Parts: sequence; C-alpha cells; structure tokens
Amino acid sequence: MSGAIRQTWSPATDEYQSTLIELKDMVAACMQCGTCTASCPNGFAMDVTPRRMWRMIQFGMLDQILESRAFWYCSSCYMCTLRCPRGLKLTSAMGALKRLSLLDGNRIAKKNGAFYEAFMDDVESCGRAQELSLMNRFFLKRKDPALPLSFIPLGVKMLGKGKLHIPNRTQRGRLKAMFAKAREMEISS
Amino acid sequence: MRYAYYPGCSLLESAQEFDVSVRAVMERLGVALEEIPDWTCCGASAAEPVSKLMNYALPARNLAIVEKEMGGIDVLAPCSACYLNLLKVNKEVIGNRGLHGEVNEVLSASDQRYSGNVKVLHLLDVLQNDVGAKLVKEKVTDGLKGMKVAPYYGCQILRPYVVFDDPGKPTSMEPVLKALGANVYEWDYGNRCCGASLMVGHRDVAIRSVAEILNGASDADAIVTVCPLCQMNLEAYQAQAVKAGGARVPVLYLSQLMGLAFGFGEDVMQLKKNLTMTAGVRDMINNKVWSQLRQTESGEELTVVEP
Repeated sequence: MSGAIRQTWSPATDEYQSTLIELKDMVAACMQCGTCTASCPNGFAMDVTPRRMWRMIQFGMLDQILESRAFWYCSSCYMCTLRCPRGLKLTSAMGALKRLSLLDGNRIAKKNGAFYEAFMDDVESCGRAQELSLMNRFFLKRKDPALPLSFIPLGVKMLGKGKLHIPNRTQRGRLKAMFAKAREMEISS
Repeated sequence: MRYAYYPGCSLLESAQEFDVSVRAVMERLGVALEEIPDWTCCGASAAEPVSKLMNYALPARNLAIVEKEMGGIDVLAPCSACYLNLLKVNKEVIGNRGLHGEVNEVLSASDQRYSGNVKVLHLLDVLQNDVGAKLVKEKVTDGLKGMKVAPYYGCQILRPYVVFDDPGKPTSMEPVLKALGANVYEWDYGNRCCGASLMVGHRDVAIRSVAEILNGASDADAIVTVCPLCQMNLEAYQAQAVKAGGARVPVLYLSQLMGLAFGFGEDVMQLKKNLTMTAGVRDMINNKVWSQLRQTESGEELTVVEP
C-alpha cells in the first residue's frame, strides 16, 4: 500500500506524523539480515519479528503495525542496537513505535502502555517515582480488578521486608512546568 | 575522589539496601559522594514510550543542576537505568543542535539549561577505573573465602554505549570479586536481560528470562547485581521461576557483598531487606558456610513470593 493512502487514513496529528517520519528514517537503511530478531530475548513472544517490523515500517503498513503487539514486548535490553550491522538505533525505534501506538490511542496501546503512562503521570505529579502511588495509578488505568489481586503476594512480601513506603512529597510538583512545556512543544511539532 | 551522587528513585524506595551499602562502602574506600540537590526522576524506561522530549529533559535536568551548582563534577549513578538515561543525554542530545535546543527549551520551564559538560559514570566504572581492585583488597577485613559468586551485569550499563566493559562478555566485576576473596562463577548469563518492566505487564515472558538466568547460576553460592530492577526481578519471582525451570539462588547487591567483606555487619548492609535473604541464608553468609547455602535453598527454608 502506498504511503499516501496511509497518511490520509491516519489520525493525522502533527506529532503522529513527525513520529512516523522519524521512525521511517530510523529504519530506512535496514537490509533485512535478521540479526535483531536473532538477538532479541523476547522475540519468541512477538507476533511480528523485529526484522519484519522494520520492513513493514519501510512499506508504510501502518494498520498492520498498530495491530501488532510486538513492540510492547521490547524490554530495552539494546542487544539488537548493539549488534545491528547497519548501526541502526533499533531499541529507540521500538520506543518510537510505542509512542506512535499511544498517540493512536487504540485498545492495544491503552492496555500495553498503561504502565509507562502511569509511571510518567507519577513522575509528573511526585517529581520522583513513588512505587506505591505508581502501582495504584497503573491499576486504575488498567481497570482490571484481577490485576491488583495478582500483586498481593508480592505486596505482602515487600511489606514484611520493609520495602513499601508512604509516598514522599519533597519533590511534589517540581516537574509540572517542564511536563507542560514539553506537551505544548510536542503538540505543535 | 569526589562525585555528584544520583541515587535515583528506586534507591529511596524498594532498593534502600543498595543506597545504604553504596554509601557505606564508598566512604570506606575514601570516595566522597555528594547527593545532587533537588534531583528528580530520570524517566527510567517509561519516558521513551510516552514523550521523546521528556525522555531527554528528565535526565538533563539533573545534569544541569550538577553543571550549575556542583561545578560540573563527575556524576556517579548506581542504577543501570539512571546511568543510561543520564549518559544518553550526553550521547544523543549534545552535538545534535536541533534536539539540544528543544531540550533546553523544556528545561527553561524550570529555569535551567544544560551545556553538556558533566561526565556520567556507573558505580562499576568508578570501582574498576577510579578506585581499583588494589584499594578494594586493602579494605577487606573479612574475606569471602572461596564463595562462588555469579556476577550479573544486566543490560543498560553495557549497551547500547560501550563505555567501560565488553558488552558481549563483561568482566568489570571480576577484579572486585577476586579482591573480596570470592571465586568468580563462570557463566554465560551475566549480560542477559532480566525482562525489566515486562515483569509488570507480560510476566510470563519475563519469568522465562529470569528462569534461564537463575538456572545458569544453579551452582553458584549467590548472584550479585548492580541494578535495582535486575535485583527485584531475580529475587522476587523465584517461586514462579523455579516452576519455569529456574534454580533458587540468593541474590544481593555487589555493594552489600563488598560491605560484608569490609567488616560491616549484615544489619548495616540491610541484608534483612533482600527478598532471598532468609534468616538461614544470612546465618550461613555470616558463618561463611557456602556449601550448605545451596542445600538449604532447595529445602523449605527459602520461601519466596508465591504466584
């Protein structure tokens, strides 16, 4: 499919388009050797292998990309980036795919991106990530009552070891202005 | 030796034993750590999927403070993700005029700017290249007498930027462990990914990685880590990992092990806070009976979080 058709289909925010262009740039030189896929510790769980993903980006197959869960399985180990014979920043490309998906705001993105968004909300509010309030935000975003239950055993164990703390307020709000500025710049980019 | 110390959020939360042990051990080694005033979160691996600008601006804010208020001295970060994020600013933003301008525009919202004059170092880099194994050895009062220790480096201090170690076959912990009197456990899993934050959203995938790593260390007396997330993943999910074919192995921070060898008590090194450090394991570490350490682990003694 041609890029032009995809572009009229897309939600077409400026930020979305610039992320897409950036992504195409990042993987434009991919020669399909597959070293990334062979190096990926989580590749076995991906519905589309990293190598195929780069080709799909080159071809502008946006709807297939957004339907895929593959990039949500990237754990940022940087093995593919280290080994890529073309020197491509593939882990950053996985990050850009996550951003693109979150901008699209589809169901898969909402579910898989919930932890990252909860983390950033917590940092924006508290200045430093606070594990208890971060997990609370994550549970609220996911709206799945079974999810908090699955963390109870870990929570109890951590409580017993003195690893849970009341959120610290010293840096509260410290980063609000920076977050607002970045948001303003990214929307108009 | 004097560094601007960036503890990072985890070291104030679930990884306090890492913070306490790093501070104690570095003081014993004559290294002055001055905490960066007013520091804030680096964004960990959560910033990149959410905002490209904040991915750089969050760590840059801390470097800006060091540049302006601490005379631009070198930064020491014990956490792998903090280290990589701070380093990433120097590698990606500095030298890229467009991006540098944008990051400074974000920083200007809190009256800061960063020029790129602060060097970022990981704890292991400092131990290997600034402190040196010789000095570490001089401080050992209570050597580890042949304890088999598996050094676990994780990912983000080794990759993507190759700074102080071989990312394919890292060795920077070995001189330190040998200086402590320990035997370095030979294995191939020292640079494997622990699954990082996949443990939250895709636990089955991360458990598989953890099981492979733990299984790789099945004949070691302990694994040592230098990252709060590696530590958490290797420690807190051992029960599930065992079901997936992993072995039970005690896991502690390198700095805690150094502290023990330097004669600090287990209370000072906060061994009680480690999820794999049961009373039985602590006793054996105190008494240096490594061989029994492994036998007990396979028994009832070591209870780890059940799924």
